[in-house]
Amino acid sequence: MDLGPRSLLRSTFAVAVVLAALVLTAPPLRAASKLKIVTATTDLAEFASEVGGDRVEVESIARGYQDPHFVEAKPSFLLKLRRADLLIVVGLQLEIGWLPPLITQCGNPNVQVNGNGYLDASQFAEILEKPTGVVTRAMGDVHPFGNPHYWLDPENGRRIAQGIEQKLAEMRPEDAAYFQQRFQDFGRRLTEAEKRWDAEMQPFRGRKVITYHRSWPNFLKRFGLTAAGEIEPRPGIPPSPGHTVDVIRLMRSENIKVILVEPYFDLKTPKAIARETGGQVVVLLPSVGGEKEVTDYFQLFDYDIDLLTRAFKATQ
Amino acid sequence: MRRLMVLSCLLLLGSGILFGQEKDPTQERLKALEERIAALEAEVKALKANQPASPPEAEAATSVPVPAPAASTAAPAAAPEPAPQAASAAASTTPGQLPVYGGLSAASKVLNPDISVIGDFLGAVGRDPNRSVPTLEMHESEVGFQAIVDPYARADFFLTFGEQGVNLEEGYLTFTALPGGFVGKVGKMRSAFGIVNTLHNHVLPWTDRPLATENLVGGEDGINDAGLSVSRILPAPKDIFLEATAQVFRGDSGDVFHSTRRGDVLTVGHLRAYRDLTESTNLDLGASWARGHNDVGTGFRTQLFGANATLRWKPLRRAVYHSFLFRNEFFWSRREQLDSTQRAFGFYTAADYRLNQRWTIGGRYDRSGRADMASLTDSGFSPVITYWPSEFSQIRGQYRFTRYADGRSGNDFFMQFLFVLGAHGAHPF
Repeated sequence: MDLGPRSLLRSTFAVAVVLAALVLTAPPLRAASKLKIVTATTDLAEFASEVGGDRVEVESIARGYQDPHFVEAKPSFLLKLRRADLLIVVGLQLEIGWLPPLITQCGNPNVQVNGNGYLDASQFAEILEKPTGVVTRAMGDVHPFGNPHYWLDPENGRRIAQGIEQKLAEMRPEDAAYFQQRFQDFGRRLTEAEKRWDAEMQPFRGRKVITYHRSWPNFLKRFGLTAAGEIEPRPGIPPSPGHTVDVIRLMRSENIKVILVEPYFDLKTPKAIARETGGQVVVLLPSVGGEKEVTDYFQLFDYDIDLLTRAFKATQ
Repeated sequence: MRRLMVLSCLLLLGSGILFGQEKDPTQERLKALEERIAALEAEVKALKANQPASPPEAEAATSVPVPAPAASTAAPAAAPEPAPQAASAAASTTPGQLPVYGGLSAASKVLNPDISVIGDFLGAVGRDPNRSVPTLEMHESEVGFQAIVDPYARADFFLTFGEQGVNLEEGYLTFTALPGGFVGKVGKMRSAFGIVNTLHNHVLPWTDRPLATENLVGGEDGINDAGLSVSRILPAPKDIFLEATAQVFRGDSGDVFHSTRRGDVLTVGHLRAYRDLTESTNLDLGASWARGHNDVGTGFRTQLFGANATLRWKPLRRAVYHSFLFRNEFFWSRREQLDSTQRAFGFYTAADYRLNQRWTIGGRYDRSGRADMASLTDSGFSPVITYWPSEFSQIRGQYRFTRYADGRSGNDFFMQFLFVLGAHGAHPF
């Protein structure tokens, strides 16, 4: 029994039928309606909706209370990405563990890396902690291009918003004036708020804190604080007993009382350290949406600064 | 303090050996200061180089304007060595942009693919009459090259080195910019038949592959062949992800498919449905079909059907610490032979629970008939424990019990070390 050529024919036919079915079910070309923007994190979504107003639809992939390094590459995100006109990412390898496979699989040419609808927000911001010299993983899960938690300086927020404004204006020239006006309004409110935040943080300039992960260099620099050490021995490495003892010693010798922890880290070690040193653990939010009531970029700083100033006062 | 001590002791048991070399704080601070000085030096140099007033410096500092983040490997020591071409390149420095030290070599690397090497070392003790695994073995070294080819495609190569010999595990081009939402692939690839068949060894939650894979779906390499693949997300009710994949391969895959003539191609189809049940829980279902020719001869075909279901749980606020995965895959094989058609069935059911940032425990139950003699059924189970010193290395222990159809049984203990060099890969999902 010789089925060879027939078999080939049938296989080819089967594939052709599947292809035809897929083509027929393709969605209609999208009309010139609202720009669909997908962002990696909630903060970028905030900037995009501040600038884009009612001319855009914005969705974030990560939630504000989620560790942005460890978002899962869920297929449901492909549903968002496949229809997106613009994808805005944090960059600096923050999303390297989950975004690349999503981009490859989504079947949307716009949002491919360096495509027309791909925007890396890190190009607009001031980036700190770019490693110099030899970079190895003995340094932990190091980000070789600099610290990706850069949105926590309001000035970077302004720069990113401006970058997004330019991108939107380029994509929708007819709405350019609208985006510009929205950006200027955002900038004005930000300037006002910054005055308030600076005034609140003024008494505590020069203070040292301990952080869990290196999420805060831009925030600390902005408000004149320094991180004396981290609870993680190296980025991405869980606390070790030896290092914990070092941190306790350091806090005692330098009289450091405040420990900053992101909402997605375990509080056991930070609390143990705080008990030993008479310090306070502050669960500071790195992103909009970290708590239910923190729904925009302004509230994020209001919330963090309120907690921080209270902790500083309590441990004076 | 006592609690801390107890905690310390416990943690030391697990991590003491690996992290015994923590430095004392003064040394660390000194090191930090040194690093800061180095950074400042680099910055001063960079600033000087940018001043038009100091031409010699500017010439020494070769400069390829690189988009902001990429310029970080500024090793001052590398600055004086640029070749003449590099010096001329310096002329094109855009004012205001930082030069890259050692620019020539850095620039030559810019378009290199992401390179990664994954080592998989396997040790085994115990006895297994049917499946022999060496005592100590550098089981596999996988080298990955991945890059974007052009605005329309990307390519991925995975070469696996055994202790002897090299195998192209996968090497394919992915068309990412096709119209109509299609994603196309061309090359040699693991076929989309089920879940475990698509996974590389280093992302498996076990040290081995399920019995059903070994008996029915082509063993360790699985259905892995040269061919074409097209997939597309299908329209579905809101919040349901539905994706169809169609593939055609040459028709050679381990001992399951064999092509003696050009016409003996293998076709594979896969349908995947996925839904988020809550933000931390999701359900992933799949159905697969494969049809090709087997090694009995060109007129003899093997058809495989597969079904799989995975339930995942991972709380978003504690994603680093806890997760749970429950996975089942079922396989039906229909193999035409000289005397009869063998209809074999096999499945595995497996679960993994992440206890904390470092430890994961899991287990698997196996049961499978044999493709060429369906009446013979093997079964077994495996408990597994995995320890992660960091995201880039893992140590795994597994006990495997197998009851073979002939009445003999196998008892194996496996110990595996996995380690990753180079580019940060995607986390498995």
